[in-house]
Amino acid sequence: VCEREIMTCCFPPQHTDMPEEMRVETMELCVTACEKFATNNEVAAKMIKESMDKKFGSSWHVVIGEGFGFEVTHEVKNLLYMFFGGSLAVCVWKCS
Amino acid sequence: MLLMSVWSCFFGQDEEDGTETGEGDEWMQGKTLIKPLDQLDLTEAELKEEFTRILTANNPHAPQNIVRYSFKERSYKPISSVDQLAVHFVLEGNLLHQDSDEARRQRAKQGDVEEGGGEERADSVESKAGKKEQKITNQFNFSERASQTLNNPLRERGCQTEPPPRANFSATANQWEIYDVYLEVLQKQEKNKEKAKAVPKKDDDKGKKKMMLVETQSDDITKVAKVAKIIERMVNQNTFDDIAQDFKYFEDASDEYREQEGTLLPLWKFQYDKAKRLSVTALCWNESYKDLFAVGLGSYDFTKQGRGMLVFYSLKNSTFPEYIYPTTSGILCLDIHKHLPYLVAVGFYDGCVAVYNLKEETLQPIYKSTAKSGKHTDPVWQVKWQKDDMDNNHNFFSVSSDGRVVSWTLVKNELVFTDIIKLIIEIFDNVCRPAACGTSFDFHKQIDYLFLVGTEEGKIHKCSKAYSSQFLETYNAHNMAVDAVKWNHFHTKVFISCSSDWTVKIWDHTIKTPMFTFDLNASVGDVAWSPYSSTVFAAVTTDGKVHTFDLSINKYEAICQQPVVAKKKTKLTHIEFNPVYPIIIVGDDRGYVTSLKLSPNLRKKPKEKKGQELPKGPEVEIAKMEKLLSLLREPENSNA
Repeated sequence: VCEREIMTCCFPPQHTDMPEEMRVETMELCVTACEKFATNNEVAAKMIKESMDKKFGSSWHVVIGEGFGFEVTHEVKNLLYMFFGGSLAVCVWKCS
Repeated sequence: MLLMSVWSCFFGQDEEDGTETGEGDEWMQGKTLIKPLDQLDLTEAELKEEFTRILTANNPHAPQNIVRYSFKERSYKPISSVDQLAVHFVLEGNLLHQDSDEARRQRAKQGDVEEGGGEERADSVESKAGKKEQKITNQFNFSERASQTLNNPLRERGCQTEPPPRANFSATANQWEIYDVYLEVLQKQEKNKEKAKAVPKKDDDKGKKKMMLVETQSDDITKVAKVAKIIERMVNQNTFDDIAQDFKYFEDASDEYREQEGTLLPLWKFQYDKAKRLSVTALCWNESYKDLFAVGLGSYDFTKQGRGMLVFYSLKNSTFPEYIYPTTSGILCLDIHKHLPYLVAVGFYDGCVAVYNLKEETLQPIYKSTAKSGKHTDPVWQVKWQKDDMDNNHNFFSVSSDGRVVSWTLVKNELVFTDIIKLIIEIFDNVCRPAACGTSFDFHKQIDYLFLVGTEEGKIHKCSKAYSSQFLETYNAHNMAVDAVKWNHFHTKVFISCSSDWTVKIWDHTIKTPMFTFDLNASVGDVAWSPYSSTVFAAVTTDGKVHTFDLSINKYEAICQQPVVAKKKTKLTHIEFNPVYPIIIVGDDRGYVTSLKLSPNLRKKPKEKKGQELPKGPEVEIAKMEKLLSLLREPENSNA
């Protein structure tokens, strides 16, 4: 099974409780950001966070990385945790 | 000059002081006199010169000769006294006398600013000051106008919104976790592809599931129904326990003492509430289920024609029928198929025939004849099932007052009729009157095509299925309508007939005159051969009696004459022997069916001689009958 296949076919959201529309938009945004700033997680996260703040309201938090553990309190229906590109994990949540 | 003088005084004092104190002198001797640079150098003589100074109050700077112009004298005059005041220092002070105007003004201002709590004096001063401070208005041309706008009352409102719900979430993002998830997703995708191929099967499954659900629902009901039925039967058995015991085991012991006579032991009584006003018009035992029998209910009375009912009873439950089929018209006859116990043919008063299927849930017959399909125009008095025809279709015959004997065939969804024969009455001058009314018929047990028809005129015709226009034989049987014609179960030649002319006659079909004639003193409703003996038969009369005959015992009289019904006015209409058990059922015109057990005397079989083999039943019976007949025939032959 080629990694490329995995990478191109799907980006499964590992855990999410967002409504459908929001989820799709957020996922697309994350993918765009990560692809654009493949080398720089911080900038990618910044881009995601700012866009989310504009679109969905203030106080979003974004974490991008390859190895981390987390425990967060998030507003219900405002969490997305997904994987990208075979090695990146992205966690986006809202908590004001 | 002043400078010098001060300086020299100072010196002078020092010198004087020096002489007084030796210590000072020592201190002073250390120093050398320093002369300022601009000091005058004077000789000692000049230094010792004394000058006299006089201190006066005169201001040295004040001018001594001030002259002012006097306008009076038009000349300058010198002022005598000159002001000698020399102001050395002026400092403007900021203290005011407390009674001065300025002070008062200041106090007024202070009184406005300060609040309360002052000395009385201060207050009074302040109020005075306040009054005085009011705006001075134009006394001549000033009018004050004031108004107050409505101030809306102030209200406090508070609100607390619910904070958006929060939840905790935790996870670990590792390379291996990510990898695992990706693998899972791939596998799922593959499965989905496989499922996509098997999508059309899903619909079937759904259909099956629905079927299952429906079945389970109905299963629940039927399970309860079954159990309820069993319990009902148990209850009935307990209630009628003695009857059940009698039915099975009771043998009338008193028969030993009565030589020939027997008795009928009443067992269960079957009645159905809704059938109370109807009379029993047909009875038939089920061949396969020996305890099940059918009762047709209707009315013989021409004026009281209404609805009818087809009711099935079981001996196991005498309180309520097993099957109930209400019909629009009164039933006059019925027959249960010998091999298919669920098929019942019924003939109605309105001339229709119908076939019911007991297996079906509906209360409607599966086939019914209509005016188009050749139903009879008059009441159908008898129906009988036949063997399946060549196409394996079921068929049955019916006879009716309109003179037709019709064969009905069940072809798929229809009832196809075939007129077999039309009953015609012959008159001596060969004018045939059409349509004699058939009231009963019976088919020969062995010879399939042979059957007998009894008519309203009292004649019995022997017919064949093959010949549709002619009778094989005609017997002038009775003076009134022939109510029943029955072939003997064993003897192929013997049949019995009964009529409303109070008589029961036994015939040999080869002979035109009856073998036996019995007068029963009342109109005979029905007669039936017993299935276990060729010489035993029973007849019911309208006076409520059952007459049982055994020809091998008594050729002239009944061996049992027993009233069966409580009320004397009840007419018995039908009788049937159970094919297996020694019981008979009797129907009356009040809708009751009574079951009776035959006592041993009525069921006698020929005594076996010791040592002889037990012969087979039918042959014995036939032989028995033959014996009787031969006895009769010989005298007849001799007479003839």
